[in-house]
Amino acid sequence: MSAVAPVAASLSPGVSRHRLQWTALAVLLIAACALPFLVSNYRTFQFTLVLVYAIALLGLNILTGYNGQISLGHGAFYAIGAYVAAILMDRFGVPYWATVPIAGALCLVVGFLFGLPALRLEGHYLALATFALGVTMPQLLKNKALEHWTGGVQGIVIVKPDAPFGLKLSPDQWLYLFTLAITVLMFVVGWNLIRGRVGRALVAIRDHPIAASAMGIDTARYKSLAFGISAMYTGVAGSLGAIAIQFVAPDSFVIGLSIGLLTGIVIGGLASIPGALFGAFFIQFIPNIADQISKAAPWAIYGIFLIGFMFLMPMGINGAIRLGWARLRHRLSAQRKGG
Amino acid sequence: MLVKNLLACASAALALALAAAPAAAQKKYDPGASDTEIKIGNTMPYSGPASAYGTIGKAEAAYFKKINDEGGINGRKINFITLDDAYSPPKTVEMVRRLVEQDEVLLVFQPLGTAANTAIHKYMNAKKVPQLFVATGATKWNDPQNFPWTMGWQPNYQTETTIYAKHILQTKPNAKIAVLYQNDDYGKDYLKGLKDGLGDKAKTMIVAEASYETSDPTVDSQIVQLQASGADVFVNITTPKFAAQAIRKVYDIGWKPVHYLNNVSQSVGSVLTPAGLDKSVGIISANYGKDPTEPEWDNDPQMLEWRAFMKKYYPDGNLTDTFNVYGYSVARTLVQVLKQCGDNLTRENVMKQAANLKNFDTGMSLPGIRINTSPKDFAPIEAVQLERFDGKGWVRFGNVISNDAQ
Amino acid sequence: MEAFLHQLLGGLATGGIYASVALALVMIHQATHLLNFAQGEMAMFSTYIAWALINAGVPYWAAFFLTIAFAFLLGLAIQHFLMRNLRSTSVLQLVIVFIGLIVIFNSVAGWIFTYTIKDFPSPFPKGYLFGQKYLSPHELGAIGVTMVVLTLLWAFFRFTSLGLAMRAAAQNPVSSRLVGIRVAWMLALGWGLAAAIGAVAGMMVAPIVYLDPNMMAGILLYAFAAALIGGIDSPGGAVVGGFLVGVLENLLGAYVVGNELKLGVALVLIIGVLLVKPSGLFGSVQVTRV
Repeated sequence: MSAVAPVAASLSPGVSRHRLQWTALAVLLIAACALPFLVSNYRTFQFTLVLVYAIALLGLNILTGYNGQISLGHGAFYAIGAYVAAILMDRFGVPYWATVPIAGALCLVVGFLFGLPALRLEGHYLALATFALGVTMPQLLKNKALEHWTGGVQGIVIVKPDAPFGLKLSPDQWLYLFTLAITVLMFVVGWNLIRGRVGRALVAIRDHPIAASAMGIDTARYKSLAFGISAMYTGVAGSLGAIAIQFVAPDSFVIGLSIGLLTGIVIGGLASIPGALFGAFFIQFIPNIADQISKAAPWAIYGIFLIGFMFLMPMGINGAIRLGWARLRHRLSAQRKGG
Repeated sequence: MLVKNLLACASAALALALAAAPAAAQKKYDPGASDTEIKIGNTMPYSGPASAYGTIGKAEAAYFKKINDEGGINGRKINFITLDDAYSPPKTVEMVRRLVEQDEVLLVFQPLGTAANTAIHKYMNAKKVPQLFVATGATKWNDPQNFPWTMGWQPNYQTETTIYAKHILQTKPNAKIAVLYQNDDYGKDYLKGLKDGLGDKAKTMIVAEASYETSDPTVDSQIVQLQASGADVFVNITTPKFAAQAIRKVYDIGWKPVHYLNNVSQSVGSVLTPAGLDKSVGIISANYGKDPTEPEWDNDPQMLEWRAFMKKYYPDGNLTDTFNVYGYSVARTLVQVLKQCGDNLTRENVMKQAANLKNFDTGMSLPGIRINTSPKDFAPIEAVQLERFDGKGWVRFGNVISNDAQ
Repeated sequence: MEAFLHQLLGGLATGGIYASVALALVMIHQATHLLNFAQGEMAMFSTYIAWALINAGVPYWAAFFLTIAFAFLLGLAIQHFLMRNLRSTSVLQLVIVFIGLIVIFNSVAGWIFTYTIKDFPSPFPKGYLFGQKYLSPHELGAIGVTMVVLTLLWAFFRFTSLGLAMRAAAQNPVSSRLVGIRVAWMLALGWGLAAAIGAVAGMMVAPIVYLDPNMMAGILLYAFAAALIGGIDSPGGAVVGGFLVGVLENLLGAYVVGNELKLGVALVLIIGVLLVKPSGLFGSVQVTRV
């Protein structure tokens, strides 16, 4: 125990956390880059999906966690992003890397436009409206009028890109690294956004909407903006997801996806950026683990996981980590004072 | 002397080598096969909207257990790894990749669902792993030239409704047809078959089409819409729950069309009994297997064998549910293929033997309907027979109609 | 004309289904100010219990009331052992718990009873009444039962002190405790009653749509919409909302946008109404202090 004291003594409270966080982040990034070379292609594929979900969850967190607008229909934006990528790649021969920003831009606009009428709705009513969006999306994708583009119920099959410049990487590895790059970019952008004026405005609107508007914040603009930005994130995720799975069909984007995304941000930790990553791990791997625990009723096990997490970690995984970290620091500083 | 000894040794060695060579070439394994086991992968919707089909996977697992209890196939036990994909194509992709890349199965057997199989179609062929006897009736699985690793099993949906169309043209050439269909790949494939079968007359004969989603609580409104069109023929393309609702509603509102019901939902136990046996009288369907409720098969040795199998290995299974006959029959077909492989358990040989089934009787096939495949013909079953429900069971009529010629 | 009438009355029949489930949602909201989506799955599970009882030979009405008792205890137990011990008050955390309950009930029902559809008996006589073919005796009976439940619920909240206490506990737990109301018991009672109403709804719905674990999934969305358009705090509004949604769905599907888009359009229309009248047609306006 006394060995800890000198270490704790050298770390003064303010700087220690900061430096530790940056070190942790650097380690994480290096590990993430090295991952595809250490595990099988199948696992790399799974981790690519984790990154995809992380981007989507960050988007939803911006809307629901930081801005307090609940969305039960974000799967719709994911679907739009996915179909944009598929249609561009399959029907127009657009290279895969170009479809991602296009999907993001389109979803930004669609999300913003959806956010406008949604301004008048709150709580249950907003939940219903977004639920309606999530439920209707598969119907729209199957619609005869759009069949020529969307492939209707048959869906669209796309081809995973090979690594460029003749690099000796498998398509899975390349796609993982490509997705990782975009994930890092989106997270950095998101972090800046949250830390800055926009983020503060969003949180103010969430906590005290009337006070916020009294202070001069244009709540309508920011709320619609939140919708747009979160839709953009989810659309980018959708396009990457489509490329990874190599297939889009209406059945892939049913309401369960939207509910899964909401589950992800709550389990991961609302209003937190790392929470998006934790949540992504949860929604990708826990169903598989549940399936291995019980073949007879795997979703019951998943449900128990959900309830268990809410019991033990009501603030999500991120909240639990922060709590644990705070407790550890408290104990360390108490030690320092005492010993 | 030395030369003679050397020659003797050399010829002995040569003889040994020649004798050993075929022995060494006898056992060939691809990943998933060994001296003791054959690993078979599968995905099924055990949860989600299509969970009623999960019983097929259970029947198949039960049959493989029976085979194992009886000593396995050529002495090898079957390791049947079946995973839940909740009828979601991305999940199917993930699970199949796991089966192929992590569990290293020899082949993927009976993945269920048209969208699910479409999602893995290119992957399986790129990886050169058999996608064998897929559990969907979509027409595109019979394409050995472009997709040599994919094979269907049941008569495809379009064949079935084309046969209904021809029957309508024969018996009721001035019919007005109303169609209820599930708004997905399965429903639309059936619908296409109907329209193709009617040819030019499709536009004039089909007076009403109504679709429904699996999330709809009932199809009552659609039935009322269809009756209002004045149609006197009703083609019912629905999955079991909605088929039962449709049959009951048609009867209740006093509409008496000639009623064609798709094969997926013709189970007496799962569909007609809840709908009402008296309300199902006169319904026409098509089948290629023996229905457990038909009195004709009560003492049929194969049917008795199936019942004994269900009782011992799948006691929870419903004895009037044709899904359980289906699962049993496909499993038997796979076992035949694997038996034909002998000790050459490579993926290539699996496909070769699958394309080499001659007049195979699953035991539950109708008389006159046998499984035939060839390198150019990847459709094992292409024939059906029409049947009519008489209130107690299905009664077959007419001849076995084959699609081979088409 | 006959077809139109048929769609209209058919809409009332399905509307009756939505109304009964919407009542359960309103009930739970009255008691806890939460919308427990798991009501649908709990109702489905209770209906399976009823089916099991009837299959074992128990006569219908005995099974009916036993199931209601079972559902009541189930709701009570969930509140007492699960909800009460949750340390969070954030709505989203509770939504996750509800999602957890939904998948647990759905999965367990499928495991125990399998996914094959089952026929559930109706207590009402067979044979169409008054020579008409639009509403079956069961559909009429189900609407009747919904009305009875509605009346009982309304009377309970309006005329009994218990009902008043329950509403107070949901609206202002702190003040209620000061006045001597045992808030914990009120919440538990609310859950129990909601579950019981859900069980009745399930037993009325199952003969129409057939019993399977996914029975309530589609209905819940419509019931949710119905409860909102009627006013989340008005049982009568929920019932009217249910009928409205049922008729709207049928008419949209048959005459306006076709079956594929009727759900989407119906929801858009409902949201439109809510934009104009945010507390629903019969709900009371909620005033929040700044």
